[in-house]
Amino acid sequence: MKTTPTSSKTSRRKTAQCVAFSLLGLGSLFGFFFLAFIVFWIVRQGAPAITWEFLTQAPRRMATEGGIAPMIVGSIYLTLGSLIVALPFALGSAIWLSEYAWKGWWVRAIRIGVNTLAGVPSIVFGLVGLSLFVYTLGFGVSLLSGACTLAMLSLPILIRASEEALRAVPRSFREGSLALGATRWHMIRTVVLPAALPGILTGSVLGMARAIGETAPIMFTATAFMLTQPYPHSLFDKVSTLPYHLYALVQFNPYYNETKPIQYGIVLVLMVVVTLLNLTAIVWRTRARRRKAW
Amino acid sequence: MTDDHPGRTPKRWHRNPDRTVFFAIALVSLVTLATIIYFIFAQAAPFVGKLRLSPEGTISKYGLTFTTTRISDLFTTKWWPESDAEQFFGMVPMIVATAAITLGAMLLAVPFGLSAALFVGEVGPRWLKDVFKTVLELLAAVPSVVYGFFGLIVLSPHVRETFNVVGGKTGLTAAIILSVMALPTIASLAEDALHAVPKTYREASLALGATKWQTIWRTLIPAAASGIIGAVILGTGRAIGETMAVLFVAGNAPFLTANLFRSMRPITSAIALDMAESVHGSAHYHALFAMGAMLLLIALTLNWTAEWFHVRLLRRQGVREG
Repeated sequence: MKTTPTSSKTSRRKTAQCVAFSLLGLGSLFGFFFLAFIVFWIVRQGAPAITWEFLTQAPRRMATEGGIAPMIVGSIYLTLGSLIVALPFALGSAIWLSEYAWKGWWVRAIRIGVNTLAGVPSIVFGLVGLSLFVYTLGFGVSLLSGACTLAMLSLPILIRASEEALRAVPRSFREGSLALGATRWHMIRTVVLPAALPGILTGSVLGMARAIGETAPIMFTATAFMLTQPYPHSLFDKVSTLPYHLYALVQFNPYYNETKPIQYGIVLVLMVVVTLLNLTAIVWRTRARRRKAW
Repeated sequence: MTDDHPGRTPKRWHRNPDRTVFFAIALVSLVTLATIIYFIFAQAAPFVGKLRLSPEGTISKYGLTFTTTRISDLFTTKWWPESDAEQFFGMVPMIVATAAITLGAMLLAVPFGLSAALFVGEVGPRWLKDVFKTVLELLAAVPSVVYGFFGLIVLSPHVRETFNVVGGKTGLTAAIILSVMALPTIASLAEDALHAVPKTYREASLALGATKWQTIWRTLIPAAASGIIGAVILGTGRAIGETMAVLFVAGNAPFLTANLFRSMRPITSAIALDMAESVHGSAHYHALFAMGAMLLLIALTLNWTAEWFHVRLLRRQGVREG
C-alpha cells in the first residue's frame, strides 16, 4: 500500500482534510467564544449594581441614583401589550394557513408577506409607527402606539411559530375528530388548538423575548427619558423601557460616567430577562418534543 | 399537505363562515406590509418631489413652499436639515457608510458563519450540533443595545489602541459588532441548507473514494450553494437594517468616506438620532422618511432575492412548494 503511487496523493488529501477541519473548528469557536465572553463580562460588571433598591425604585437626580423599576414595568407593559394586539391576528393567520388552505396563490402570497415582514428593518417600523399611530391615528407618543408598533414587528415571528405548532399536531387527531362528526371549526377548537397550545405558548415567549429588547421601533413612538410620572396610568401615557433607558443614559444624558454602574445593571437585568425567556422556550420545546405521545 | 387534507370543505364563503373569517385574518400580514410601504413612501414623497437637477434647483431662501433640494447637494457632506437660510441634506455619505459597514461586516461574518455551519453540521459530533443551535439562538436573542454597549465599552478602546484612531468609534467597530449579530442568521440558515442536501449525494461521493473534506468542498457546498447564498443575503439584510448597535459605535460623523477607520454615520443611525429633533411635516422630517424608504427598498430587495434563491433550491431538490 505504502509504495503505490497513489499513497502520496492519499496522504496529501488526508493533510488537506486535517487542515481544513482544523480551520473550520477554529472558525466555529468564534461564536461560542463571543457568547461566553459577553456573558462573563456582563455578569461581572453588572452584578455589583443589582440591589433590591435598584430593582424596586424609580430613578432620582437625573437617573444618577435610584433604580430602574419604572423601566422594568414599562418593558413588561409594552411587551405584553404587543402580544395582546398581535397574537389573535397571528393565531388566526396560522389557523388559516395550516387548517383551511394548504396550497395555492393566496398561501404563497401570504407566506412571502410574512417572510418580507420579518426582514423589514426595525427602525422602519419605528417610522411607520410614528407616522401611523402617533400622528395619523392620533395616539400620540404613548404606550398604545408603542405596543401597536411592536405588534407589527412581532407578527411574523408569532405567525411562523403558531403555524409550526399547529402543523406538528398529527393528522390522525384531525381525522379522528372529523370522523366523529365534528365540523372543521369544532375540530380546530376542541382538538387541534389544545394539542398545539404548548407550541403556541413557546412561540409567544420567543416573540416576547424579541420584543423586549427592541429599541428602534419604540424610541419615536412610546418612550421618554424624563418621565413626568414614573408609572403609566393609561394607554396614552409615555413609558420608558430598559433598552431605551440604557440608550438614553449612554447617548444623551450628560452624566455619562456617574451612571456607569446603572448602565451595567440595566444590561445585566435585560440579559437575564431575555435569556430566561429564551431558555424557558427552549426547555418547553424540548420537553414537548420528548413527551410527544403521538 | 396534499389535496386530500382531512375535512376539506367547499370553497363558497357563505357555506363556511369560519373559513372566510380566518382568511380575512390571514390577510393581516399583507395588510401590514402594505401599510408599512404606503406610510413610508407617502411621507418620503414630499422630499423626493422637491428634488431638482441643478439648473432650476437654486434654493429660494424665503419662500418656504418653493424650497427645493438640488440632487447634487445630496452628495455633499453637509447635513443642515434645520437651517433657516440654506438647508442641506447630504445623504449620500450615509448611504456610502451603510454600504461600507455592511460589506465589512459580511467579510467577517461569512467565513466564520460558514465554517461554523460546516464544522458543526458535517464534521463535529451530534451533541455539538444541539449545543451549537442553542448558542446561536442565544446569540440571536441578545438585544441590539447590549451588543452596542459591549462594542462601545469593550471593543472601541481596543480599536482605538490597535489602529490608533481617536475615540475608537469607527466604521470598523460597527462592522465587527454587526458581524457577530449577523453570524447566527448566516450560520443557522447555511446549516439548514447543507442539511437539506440529499444523503445520496454524500454517499455517492464517499463511495467514489473522496475524503470527507472533498465531499464537503466539491459536492455539498455546490449542492447547497443556493441556500448558502440565500443565508448570506438574509444576513446582509439584517446587518443593513440594524440600528442601535451601530448607533453606539459607528461615531456618527457625516463624512463622505468609505474608509472604515473613520467615524461614520449610516442611514439607520441618522434616522434614529435626528427624528427626535425634527419637526413633524418639515423638510427634515420627510428627508428622514426618504432615507427610511431607501432602507426599506434595500431590505425588500434583499429579502426577495433570498426568497428566490430559496425557491430555486427547493425546486432543484425536487421539493414542490406547499
